[in-house]
Amino acid sequence: MATLSSTDSIAPHHGPARGLSRWLFTTNHKDIGTLYLWFSFLMLLTGGCMALMIRAELFQPGLQLIEPNFFNQMTTMHGLIMVFGAVMPAFVGLANWMLPIMIGAPDMALPRMNNWSFWILPFAFSMLLSTLFMEGGGPNFGWTFYAPLSTTYAPPSVTFFIFAIHMMGISSIMGAINIIATILNLRAPGMTMMKLPLFVWTWLITAFLLIAVMPVLAGVVTMMLMDIHFGTSFFNAAGGGDPVLFQHIFWFFGHPEVYIMILPAFGIISEILPTFARKPLFGYASMVYATASIALLSFIVWVHHMFTVGLPLAGELFFMYATMLIAVPTGVKVFNWVATMFHGSMTFETPMLFAIAFVVLFTIGGFSGLMLAIAPADFQYHDTYFVVAHFHYVLVPGAVFAIIAGVYYWLPKWTGHYYDEKLGKLHFWCSFIGVNLTFFPMHFIGLAGMPRRIPDYALQFADFNMIASIGAFIFGFSQLIFLTVVIKTIRGGLQAPPAVWDEPKGLEWTIPSPAPYHTFSTPPEIK
Amino acid sequence: MSQGTYYVPEQSRWPILASIALFLMAFGAANLMNSLGQESGSGLYFLLSGTALMLMIMFGWFRHVVIESMKGLYSAQMDRSFRWGMSWFIFSEVMFFAAFFGALFYIRVFAVPWLGGEGDKGVSQMLWEGFTPAWPLLSNPDSALFPPPSNIIDPWHLPLLNTVILIASSFTLTLAHHALKRDQRKPLILWHLLTVILGLIFLALQAAEYVEAYEELGLTLQSGIYGSTFFILTGFHGAHVTLGTVMLIIIWLRVLKGHFSPQQHFGYEAVAWYWHFVDVVWIGLFLFVYVF
Repeated sequence: MATLSSTDSIAPHHGPARGLSRWLFTTNHKDIGTLYLWFSFLMLLTGGCMALMIRAELFQPGLQLIEPNFFNQMTTMHGLIMVFGAVMPAFVGLANWMLPIMIGAPDMALPRMNNWSFWILPFAFSMLLSTLFMEGGGPNFGWTFYAPLSTTYAPPSVTFFIFAIHMMGISSIMGAINIIATILNLRAPGMTMMKLPLFVWTWLITAFLLIAVMPVLAGVVTMMLMDIHFGTSFFNAAGGGDPVLFQHIFWFFGHPEVYIMILPAFGIISEILPTFARKPLFGYASMVYATASIALLSFIVWVHHMFTVGLPLAGELFFMYATMLIAVPTGVKVFNWVATMFHGSMTFETPMLFAIAFVVLFTIGGFSGLMLAIAPADFQYHDTYFVVAHFHYVLVPGAVFAIIAGVYYWLPKWTGHYYDEKLGKLHFWCSFIGVNLTFFPMHFIGLAGMPRRIPDYALQFADFNMIASIGAFIFGFSQLIFLTVVIKTIRGGLQAPPAVWDEPKGLEWTIPSPAPYHTFSTPPEIK
Repeated sequence: MSQGTYYVPEQSRWPILASIALFLMAFGAANLMNSLGQESGSGLYFLLSGTALMLMIMFGWFRHVVIESMKGLYSAQMDRSFRWGMSWFIFSEVMFFAAFFGALFYIRVFAVPWLGGEGDKGVSQMLWEGFTPAWPLLSNPDSALFPPPSNIIDPWHLPLLNTVILIASSFTLTLAHHALKRDQRKPLILWHLLTVILGLIFLALQAAEYVEAYEELGLTLQSGIYGSTFFILTGFHGAHVTLGTVMLIIIWLRVLKGHFSPQQHFGYEAVAWYWHFVDVVWIGLFLFVYVF
């Protein structure tokens, strides 16, 4: 450490360091973005294997492959890993790669902290995954870790789970602070707020949400820790506390969290559709305001996750109407996307296919959300596979499709090569068919009353479960096509020009492909 | 926006080391807690080595930043990045405390009255018949499991004094800051030193209050929801005051070394912001934990 030189801090034109030290010590936003994206993919496969274990067990009624307690650990870890390990880091990775380029900045505002934000994650997830091998098994109380399941009745490994959550929280908060500081402070001259690309706008608002709610998550796991080890009674009614308090605090974090996972996706889609429709985005300003409205509303709807817990009628009504209100700005967005494509000269390259699938399938997820928002109806749907279908429709063909679309869209910019369009399209169709086979039948079995998080089910649900399991394996294994495409593209392919697509808009298309290690050493001119 | 060429730092070893330290701390703390009441367990060693490593890293990393700053490597733009960073960090801290205040309000307004049978549902009172809701809660639903406190801390003694001390410390810190801006070294050093002393007195009184709570009032972490909310709010606040005092001491040493100029002293301002934040949180605590 003592050898660390502090004299040569200004060296804007150095290239990447060699070997492992490039990745361990880097302060470069592109390197860190790449790390985030690969980490996210690794977590996608890990969480995906867990999902496939769940689907394999549910292929037929009865218990055949895994123990019920292990099944519970799989549902819990699958959720935690996909939310905190796959979706969130993927968006941070895309932000790292693209935001500085899109606003004409040299790098992120706080590059060393940027490195720290990333490198906390492998340690946090190692700790989380290690709980599976501990005495009593890993967390088995669902990704929402409701008390008292996660306090009084939890396995001892819950302590490690709590500290893993703390580490992820620290990472997310620092990442978000960095992104906000970058957008607010490092825009090139002339890049006014209302000229920002929508991916930048959505990330600005997402970063605000992250800083607002990740500390609340830290607070609630701290209260759990106190209840478990230090005899407090936050979630224990015998001491005057309330297990429902856990749900309130958790969902005060949890609801903005779901927008954290979808707003950057909105941004990516708003970048891709105009490029391949060859029309400017319809209603730019309304998109910005709609995003901000969704973010603000997300703070006053959390109770819709707990309609059946026993609440005063006034509460049920308020949160029902507030939730339905979110459909308005979301509707504005969907309308604008459709209007962008309307009368456009559309072509259907892989990113566009994923983007259009996003618009359609995310809207399905939005509508089922609206159904769930109706408090009296939710008494029927609550904790059934209908809920599982709903949030998987917004998260898989929603968030994950947007991430994949973004990767295809910017991959030529990152690597300097076009990807294999045929393989890309194959990947799309396999994913599209797989995802719908998996999750569409869940609407039916959910409405018919199949409860979630149970390893066995009544016989009448057998057919749809079998279809869902087949779809899950198709979707899961088709991601290996994605891996193949990405690796092939990194290793070679048709040379991409600076403007990769047909006259796309934005600063990222004015710089060479692959993007140089340091993009702008002096601020670019913005018209 | 004024800017010439952009500033891009070199590679750095601090972050990856800090990740390792953080992992050791978290892993050690979890191990330690899981083996509480047992003889064995290596958790403590992990925790201590992680903490030691983290302290070394913080010293080294901040030293690095100070040296870069003293060399004049930081442009006005970098300065603004630091300002945004610190502001949003404080906002995250606000939200951390908001979680605990939210818990307190929910408990007081909803949970405890419902346990006593108030409200629409009125079934939860069947769990503990005869439980009468009150705040402060001096009898718990299950007083055998959670022995309630005999009394609570009187807000008009130590807490009031602490309120005066902490508000006064915000004023003395502001006076020190003004002296720094006018380049008056002596008042800067003295006012700042006074702030540190006030912070230390606050902490000592807070410790005395905890001893009183535990030894005389039976107000403990285990004494039901009143003790839980009381200690988590005052405890995290106390931890923040401790951190703030350490930061004030460090920044005072830097003042003695002449690190700050009237024009450029964001390190100083950041600590001052943090101190004022801690002060504001205390006012919320004094009102809603102690008085009302």
